[in-house]
Amino acid sequence: MTATENRPTYKWVGTRPIRHDGYDKVTGKARFAADLDLPGQLRAVYVRSPHAHARIMSIDTEAAEAMPGVKAVVTGADFPDLGVADPEYDVSVNVMARDTVYYHGHAVAAVAATSRELAAEAAAAIVVEYEELPAVFTIDEAMAEGAPLVNENNYTKFIKADEPSNLSTITNLERGEVDGAFAAADLVIEREFTTSAVHQGYIEPHACVVDTGADGKASVWCSSQGHFRVRSSTAAVLGWDVSRVKVTPAEIGGGFGGKTTIYIEPIAARLSEMAGRPVKIVMTRDEVFRATGPAPASKVRVRVGATNDGELTALEAWMAYNVGAFGNVAGMVGAMSVASYKFPNLKLEAYSVLTNLPKSAAYRSPSAPHAAFAIESVVDEIAQKLDIDPIELRLKNAAVEGDLTAMGMPHPRIGFVECLEAVRESEHYGSPVPAGAGRGIAAGFWFNIGEQSSATVHVNEDGTATVITGSPDIGGSRASMALMAAEELGLDVHSITPLVADTESVGFTDTTEGSRTTFATGMAVVHACRELIDDMRSRAATILSVDVDEVVWVDGAAVAEGNDPVPLASIAAQAKRTGGPLTASASLNAGGAGPSFAVHCCDLSIDEETGHTTVLRYTAAQDAGTAIHPSYVEGQLQGGSVQGIGWALNEEYIFNDDGSVDNPSFLDYRIPVASDLPMIETIIVEVPNPSHPYGVRGVGETGIVPPMATIANAISRAAGIRMTALPMSPPHVLRALNER
Amino acid sequence: MRYAAPTSVDEARSLLVDNPGSRVFAGATDLIPQIRAGRPQPSVMVDLKRIERLTSVSHGDGGWTIGAATPTAALTADVDFATMFPGLSEASGLIGSDQIQNRSSWGGNLCNASPAADSVPALVANDARVVIASAGGTRTAPVDEIITGPGQTSLSEGEFIIEFTLADMLAGASDAYLRIIPRTEMDIAVVGAGVRLTMDGDAVAVAKIVLGAVAPTAIRVVEAEAALVGSTLDEATLARVAEAASATCNPINDKRGTIEYRRQVAGVITKRALVIAADRAQNGATS
Amino acid sequence: MNRTHVNCTVNGDDVDFLAADGISLLDALRDELGLTGAKEGCGTGDCGACSVLIDGKLNCSCLVLAPEAEGAEIVTVEGIADGDRLHPLQQTFLEGAALQCGICTPGVLVAAKALLDANPDPTETEIRYALAGNLCRCTGYDKIIRSVQEAAVQLREATR
Repeated sequence: MTATENRPTYKWVGTRPIRHDGYDKVTGKARFAADLDLPGQLRAVYVRSPHAHARIMSIDTEAAEAMPGVKAVVTGADFPDLGVADPEYDVSVNVMARDTVYYHGHAVAAVAATSRELAAEAAAAIVVEYEELPAVFTIDEAMAEGAPLVNENNYTKFIKADEPSNLSTITNLERGEVDGAFAAADLVIEREFTTSAVHQGYIEPHACVVDTGADGKASVWCSSQGHFRVRSSTAAVLGWDVSRVKVTPAEIGGGFGGKTTIYIEPIAARLSEMAGRPVKIVMTRDEVFRATGPAPASKVRVRVGATNDGELTALEAWMAYNVGAFGNVAGMVGAMSVASYKFPNLKLEAYSVLTNLPKSAAYRSPSAPHAAFAIESVVDEIAQKLDIDPIELRLKNAAVEGDLTAMGMPHPRIGFVECLEAVRESEHYGSPVPAGAGRGIAAGFWFNIGEQSSATVHVNEDGTATVITGSPDIGGSRASMALMAAEELGLDVHSITPLVADTESVGFTDTTEGSRTTFATGMAVVHACRELIDDMRSRAATILSVDVDEVVWVDGAAVAEGNDPVPLASIAAQAKRTGGPLTASASLNAGGAGPSFAVHCCDLSIDEETGHTTVLRYTAAQDAGTAIHPSYVEGQLQGGSVQGIGWALNEEYIFNDDGSVDNPSFLDYRIPVASDLPMIETIIVEVPNPSHPYGVRGVGETGIVPPMATIANAISRAAGIRMTALPMSPPHVLRALNER
Repeated sequence: MRYAAPTSVDEARSLLVDNPGSRVFAGATDLIPQIRAGRPQPSVMVDLKRIERLTSVSHGDGGWTIGAATPTAALTADVDFATMFPGLSEASGLIGSDQIQNRSSWGGNLCNASPAADSVPALVANDARVVIASAGGTRTAPVDEIITGPGQTSLSEGEFIIEFTLADMLAGASDAYLRIIPRTEMDIAVVGAGVRLTMDGDAVAVAKIVLGAVAPTAIRVVEAEAALVGSTLDEATLARVAEAASATCNPINDKRGTIEYRRQVAGVITKRALVIAADRAQNGATS
Repeated sequence: MNRTHVNCTVNGDDVDFLAADGISLLDALRDELGLTGAKEGCGTGDCGACSVLIDGKLNCSCLVLAPEAEGAEIVTVEGIADGDRLHPLQQTFLEGAALQCGICTPGVLVAAKALLDANPDPTETEIRYALAGNLCRCTGYDKIIRSVQEAAVQLREATR
């Protein structure tokens, strides 16, 4: 279902064609990184740290290097020291430890051999001597007075820091006067919430093939959300110019933020350089869980004040994010993500806290879900206490255009109210709550970003077209690019071939993250199309012998009054005599990204004897701005919702006392399976973003923000227990029921 | 590492005798991931599935003989078997996804010796026995004598299970198996309860209760069994049974559940399984 | 490591290959036969991305030793279309937007085919349990379930 607010109707935008890359994906032909093999290719295997924090005293690779089939071995000594001030320093140390390991699973060496089995045998023969150092794993341990230093090279960012610290960022945001507001409030609720580390859970492990040639140039094929970032980070870690690295994006088997950084590419490049042969690295699932970015664990204390008629007058929050062993801005982003309600008085204190755990990475609206779980739970409790409908309470306080985010920036035109109204008017919300069940509501927000994108559009000699971008397609963006180009050029969407080019075949493009691709790269595609249209109008003017100003572009043809329209195909056929090939490129740094709000509604039941939760019905409403391909917008809402349901109910990193991951498998890291879920109903709200030619906001991330509080709020109403720790797994729910 | 696929029990026995460090397997759904993780590294992988006797299911002479390597999917699809042993059939069907079901077997589930194996409590509740190939011939043993601890069995080096035997379910008797998992599928039991009841009218004549995942091996809850006999499964008796089941547990804290949680839900699912088994015993219900 | 010469049928073609005895059928399909449709998501039978049919039965090919395939008939995602005519499941997945990144899609399609081959008219719950061994992280399963339902309708109509 779609709730659309007076947006123009389009011929192609908003339709649901079969995606161009779909055929290869349903027939098994799509080439993911692990599917690629090169002649003479070696396989590489890692040696990883068995300690959470230790000095590396020595590494003996001699026996390994002498083993059959072994062609190259690397350790930290094979990579330059970039210096702490280098922005890629942390990445360079995370991908291969130097003199210190900072977490259990940290890479300390890698072996390339003629087979994976031989590489593994050789890796097992590498002898590393460690001297263990004190390690800390929790926010409380790391923030305690006199806590051991997690990483002696971490200095708190954005302030003048002379001494290393376990804090990566410290953020304080304030407006109004909270103390007075709390004193004047009719109702004040304060609670502390905790969440466990969770993994993005992409089904495709990290994989790459790298061939470093005799010319010193590395060709990289890999699974990544941003191959230009792979290029820059790989080059930096190797101490190379970016011109020595060419990255071709393979199909990517899921990323969700977790593939916005690098782990393996520079290791493969160096091994390949040393061996003179291509090197392939494919992580095992165990390695993915042990050594690639989870989203941080968190601890959030929230205090909200309200009047008896439901006006939210004050918010105070203390937030800490456990970011693992390297610097990270999670705490700052968490504080910035507080933007859904007017809150005239607000005081936020947020920290990014280092621990000797794997370096955390982005995960779909990074940091916002943690904050929203806490705030949306307390807001809901206020609605319960005041006996106000949870949607009405939110409507009364919802941010609208001009209201300030926590950062103090005014919101542009946003669709939060429209999302709340869409859920309120939905069949789901209007239906009776099933007997014995509870219904929960919660909201979520994500900024979305713009950033740099490039696109090239070719009109081919027969009037078909090719749309080339630099944005890896993680959720159907090629189809969206083709739809916008079809709308602009007036071509059938299947006459357009959208593709993602390597780093040497298209202009620089930032990573696919921040829900930016359909917005920013889409904008670049539109700009390139419009330049082409101007060119084609001018060609038509030549053909018709009229002034170019008399020519307009209408539905795929150049039209000048008093002449027959000149269709695109005809202009293409005459390109040689009118000035040569028809092609245009656009590169931009997109401003005006439109925030996307979401409101979710869930009915669930609890087995009060076992603590098991069953999600009975789930609806997700979200403002897409304009849905370019509604099926894939729905897919984003559904996928985000279900990742959030997993986060809410069962997903968690479980660490052993030594900091190793106790559940590094899909057996015990429990992402939702098909039988856990009902259908996920969607309501696409369309409040167009005035800053985009088609009103696009970007939809990828917000969907994961509301589910945790939605489910906690539904559990509260089903069973009278207020869950404040994630996951709300059966043992935790049963304990709360016992204590009820 | 070498792969071998003998076609007779004798051939398999010789392979094991001749090759120290060899391992038999059926579905290998546990063994292959263990090998990939670096432990163990068998000298010979002896595939038992090409031995006809190990994948045969037969019924006659008052009992069932079920090859130890028979895929559990074949058992759950056997209507006669599932009708007579609904609980054992359900327990067998809970071992993993449809993909796993086409590989998993009672022999593998038993010899992997996980405390959480789903089929084991149901097999023990039904007094299943195993026929074991030994160096000198064959021997038999009750299922509950096979597992001695997590990953440990009483089988000697070179021994393997040929088949399981089960006496027919008597009239007035039936079984049930329930487990608790965090999701709805793809999990290892946090607690499992296999029960079998013989009813005399409304009253329990014989009861057997076996719990999984709450101790190093599947355990019987003898105290609860005794409390049930002669009862009509009234609320008070069920409460006593649940309490006895919880008290008998000797669980651990691990990534799949806490001691406290396992104890509490062991009582809950024992109660629920008993109600199902009694209903089946009295009404001949098959599900 | 010992190598075994394995003869089997893959997607209707007689094939043979040499398999190191410890490698999985998945590795043999991908590395020896170049059939990279089946994916390795976990290597422990927990994600289903490597699903194939062996003698008509659904299996995780990562949990099958390559030499076990001797004499077997194997069907992978590359073999479920009828020449250039897509299997109804492939078509409904395309039309129903039942895939995003596509890494789980080959395994899901093979598992769904195994279900519909055995049960032409499954309920939603039966579909959800039949696909419980196939993890998808992108879609939330909704469009997968709907596309299997639609393919089931089409297959039933085609055989009526």
